[in-house]
Amino acid sequence: MTGIILYGAGNIFSLTAALERLGIPYGFINSQEDFEKFDRYIIPGVGHAGAAMDKLEKTGLVPAIKALKKPTLGICVGMQLLTSYSEEGDSDLLNIFPIKTLRFQDSSEYKVPHTGWNQVYPEKDNPLFKNIPSGSHFYFVHSYFIEYDKTYTLLSANYNTEFSASIWHDNFYGVQFHPEKSGVYGETLLTNFSKL
Amino acid sequence: MLSKRIIPCLDVKDGRTVKGVNFVDLRDAGDPVELAWNYSRQGADELVFLDITATVERRKTMVELVKAVARQINIPFTIGGGINEIADADALLNAGADKISINSAAVRNPALIDELARAFGVQFVVIAVDTRRIDAKNIVHLNGGRLPTERQTLEWIKEAESRGAGEILLTSMDHDGTKNGFDNGLLKTVNDAVHIPVIASGGAGAVQHFVDVFEKTNVDAALAASVFHYGEILIPDLKAVLKSNNIEVRI
Repeated sequence: MTGIILYGAGNIFSLTAALERLGIPYGFINSQEDFEKFDRYIIPGVGHAGAAMDKLEKTGLVPAIKALKKPTLGICVGMQLLTSYSEEGDSDLLNIFPIKTLRFQDSSEYKVPHTGWNQVYPEKDNPLFKNIPSGSHFYFVHSYFIEYDKTYTLLSANYNTEFSASIWHDNFYGVQFHPEKSGVYGETLLTNFSKL
Repeated sequence: MLSKRIIPCLDVKDGRTVKGVNFVDLRDAGDPVELAWNYSRQGADELVFLDITATVERRKTMVELVKAVARQINIPFTIGGGINEIADADALLNAGADKISINSAAVRNPALIDELARAFGVQFVVIAVDTRRIDAKNIVHLNGGRLPTERQTLEWIKEAESRGAGEILLTSMDHDGTKNGFDNGLLKTVNDAVHIPVIASGGAGAVQHFVDVFEKTNVDAALAASVFHYGEILIPDLKAVLKSNNIEVRI
């Protein structure tokens, strides 16, 4: 069963609705004791990365999250929290991935937020992307991105720079896009995660 | 590459779609959820629901609609219509809306944009602008284009961007309903002047109009209602033509 870590950063109705459509059982994590009830975890998040980190720290769950050994998926800002630092609010983050979250340079050619469907390309083999072709479109909406990194980038995407659409290190995964809003392939990804 | 988005717009009143809908394979053409599901299957990239419910129960009916859509639909959607305060936006966010669109309330109280962006992030805040030409000037209108304001369209859009709008939905009331094509001149001016995404609206009547709006203005998305509802343009056909014109689309 998937445990969704609750810390007050954004609405999770669409995520739980997607899990229900897919028949993926889930529950919620509010305290440290809740972790052992689940065999995998999702860290959701929308909004401001610095504010989200403050909220996460207030829950007292940070040490337990850093020590997780089971599959853990950060979505959008939930993924950015896994990195060491964000330019958004000049914030220090969980540092599970020693890479940074930076702001897109905006222009009339490259609008920010980066909003809409963009293609993603696997940089490594991983069961999270089973049955999802290279170049598939996923739905993004974000102003900050995780830099491309040879070691940690699992999926790359291009806007005005190449960036990490997904990252992977041991049991930790992150996706910048919203799988719950990314059509059939997004649903495939959530199903794949439930089987890791 | 980031795709250009195709967005059907559904008008909803008291939880039911209004305006004629002509899908032969729908069990219930008035059910916004079934219609939305149908569009998502056809390849719509996003949906906009414009709620024109005018009763005191409007927030409740909007929240019910948003929840029903979020339960069933796997693409993003925006809800607009009569959103006046933070509490409206908060209820819709928690019901599963990806974005809200604000029109009159933002013109009357521009600081609302700052408040919404601070509370929910710029990605949640779409500013809808209805514009009409008066004496060779583009003027912002309210009440579905009936009520002119004193604001000039480009100047208002730039103010909205600076206050925290995450996207602009620009409807030309001069073109809306004409089926003669989008207002490409104004759309290009606006698109070149801002650094946030722009959705073109008003005037779509043929597939070529979508090709034109993307080629001539480079807007991020194009919205239409009746050409999709009446089946005059099918989204898979539209996207095939866009792709054959080297316009990036999700197929």
